[in-house]
Amino acid sequence: MQRREFLRLLAAAAAAGLPVASRDALAAKSPDALYRVPPYGNVHLLHITDCHAQLLPIHFREPQVNIGVGAAAGKPPHLVGEHLLKAFGIKPGTREAHAFTYLDFEQAARSYGKVGGFAHLATLVKRVRAQRPGALLLDGGDTWQGSATSLWTRGADMIEACKLLGVDIMTGHWEFTYGAERVKEAVDRELKDSIEFLAQNVKTADFNDPVFPPYTLRDMNGVKLAVIGQAFPYTPIANPRYFVADWTFGIQDEEMQKVVNEVRAKGAQVVVVLSHNGMDVDLKMAGRVTGIDAILGGHTHDGMPAPSIVNNAGGQTLVINSGSNGKFLSVLDLDVRGGKLQGWRFKLLPVFSNLLPADADMEALIRRVRAPYEARLGEKLAVTEGLLYRRGNFNGTWDQLIVDALLEVKGADIAFSPGFRWGTTLLPGQAITFEHLMDQTAITYPYSTVTEMTGSRIKVILEDVCDNLFNPDPYLQQGGDMVRVGGLTYTCDPNAKMGARISDMRLRGKPIEADKTYKVAGWAPVAEGATGEPIWEVVAQWLRDRKTVAPRRLNLPRLAGVAGNPGIG
Amino acid sequence: MDFMRRTLLKGAGAGGVVGALLAAGLLRPNQVFAAEWNAGAFEAKSIADALKAIGGAGTEGKDIQLKVPDIAENGAVVPIEVTVNLPNVQTISILVDKNPLPLVASFNFAAGTLPYVRVPIKMGETSNVRVVAKADGKTYSVAKEVKVTIGGCGG
Repeated sequence: MQRREFLRLLAAAAAAGLPVASRDALAAKSPDALYRVPPYGNVHLLHITDCHAQLLPIHFREPQVNIGVGAAAGKPPHLVGEHLLKAFGIKPGTREAHAFTYLDFEQAARSYGKVGGFAHLATLVKRVRAQRPGALLLDGGDTWQGSATSLWTRGADMIEACKLLGVDIMTGHWEFTYGAERVKEAVDRELKDSIEFLAQNVKTADFNDPVFPPYTLRDMNGVKLAVIGQAFPYTPIANPRYFVADWTFGIQDEEMQKVVNEVRAKGAQVVVVLSHNGMDVDLKMAGRVTGIDAILGGHTHDGMPAPSIVNNAGGQTLVINSGSNGKFLSVLDLDVRGGKLQGWRFKLLPVFSNLLPADADMEALIRRVRAPYEARLGEKLAVTEGLLYRRGNFNGTWDQLIVDALLEVKGADIAFSPGFRWGTTLLPGQAITFEHLMDQTAITYPYSTVTEMTGSRIKVILEDVCDNLFNPDPYLQQGGDMVRVGGLTYTCDPNAKMGARISDMRLRGKPIEADKTYKVAGWAPVAEGATGEPIWEVVAQWLRDRKTVAPRRLNLPRLAGVAGNPGIG
Repeated sequence: MDFMRRTLLKGAGAGGVVGALLAAGLLRPNQVFAAEWNAGAFEAKSIADALKAIGGAGTEGKDIQLKVPDIAENGAVVPIEVTVNLPNVQTISILVDKNPLPLVASFNFAAGTLPYVRVPIKMGETSNVRVVAKADGKTYSVAKEVKVTIGGCGG
């Protein structure tokens, strides 16, 4: 059978609504075809970001709701499900469709297996690198946080794994939640001579001195390349400030322009930014700062199959965002001749664990770093009957489980859970181990809290978080999702102004009263001196008591004013 | 006093020097504020009253560079940086529209002093930060919004 004919058959099968697995059997795209990326040009950059310390293969469901507002409405990354497939020309029901969307998640996950895992990623990195002499591997950060072992080793397991993976350059965000001292110790000792930690936008609060080198200049196949680091600009706001009390962050795009000008003056023929801005901020920055050829970004966990091309006063900048949780490897090939960029090729490769044999050395390292903790990690707390996932603008079933547990254990009226975007996915019937619970909760400020709040205070909090998500100016967004809410129902109008997005707040059907006091449970307080039982202890006990967890009923706000937005699936 | 005055003004940039001089007893508060202390302006409770008390907002100040964070990392210490690219700058005033007492600071410049100020200010909520500068007897102003947020919940 000819390949073309084969694809036509495949399309027909898809149209006929055959189940995913049989469609895939028809497609049977060989792993070699999926991972065949012929090298191009002379400057090669591999990019991973936001792996959140996931050393082992996992499932990760992409968002069903990722609404863009203002100029971002309907544009990447604010496309979900079929809208995303259509925009990027990806055939529904394929492996790629599974990698990039939430569609048919459970069935597709069972068909295609898990994604990511450092041993499988290592094999892919080696394969891609073998064809690309001199290639650099860039890591956008959120690497040392997100798992039990990373928390218990304060990032040491991930640092070892990244060194073996061959990461050359990194920047950070959640890394800073181990505290400034730990970050400096890791950078000065453990990363020394192997991984450069770059951040042009982290300065000392007193005299504005740089804390990390802002950039590095490298020679690759006769081309002078500059890589500039951009850490998460709102680290002291989105996470506890006391961890980095003496440092100041911010977007600092004027400083970024100065750094770009400086590296260009030093002879850089191609300039890239390794960014943890979040994609909307990357896009705005690309329009304002000139002289950057490509931004390789992360933070908002958007896995974009193709770069966004942004025009600015100096030319064009490619904006690439490479997903999360070890699911993807970006490959950017640049052709630099005559002192400037002549052309580029890009591919975001999904890491399908069962298509890529585990790298033996990495597998051994992972086994070794996990060994002291295996018994604790493996404790089976309960079995889930429903799909458990987190990602989405307003809620996920994992967060629903957490707020349900908080409401019951703390006897609260209302429960809040932060809008984190990390956290892996479990399929119905899977056991929830302590490790899985830690994948949702492993942070350095895990305290659960109970607070008496007035109705008006609750409104202020919801409005504040909502503005951090839906302010039409990306520079005023923080890149998390909406706070997850248990008990309380509300209406949300993302396009409204700050202070007017939240309405019709109700508890058990009765309107919330501004002056009445409610008992509110939560976790992950950013205030210094907060205490409380770690959230994982609260939820673990709740799960042990249950043994089986029925599918969660998602508490989602009623949405207003966003009908037809392709960020809703 | 000339020497003292210059030190004082430079001190505003580095921060803390004024406080240090006061603590060391080298300056008495009434010396610092001398003749220019405008009690009415500092006690005004609305932005309109405060502006009126310092002589109005004047015209749009294209030559005033105001550097503020997009989102304050800490509402209690928001760094504000002002450079006025005009000759003969006499005063630079900083106001926060929604602060209970909107006029935060007012700096008087002797002839020939670099019209540059970097000062940490306190903000209770998201608000415009306004700079009013007087140069050659004319008044100019510029404003930028600084977001103050509860924080948490990111990423």
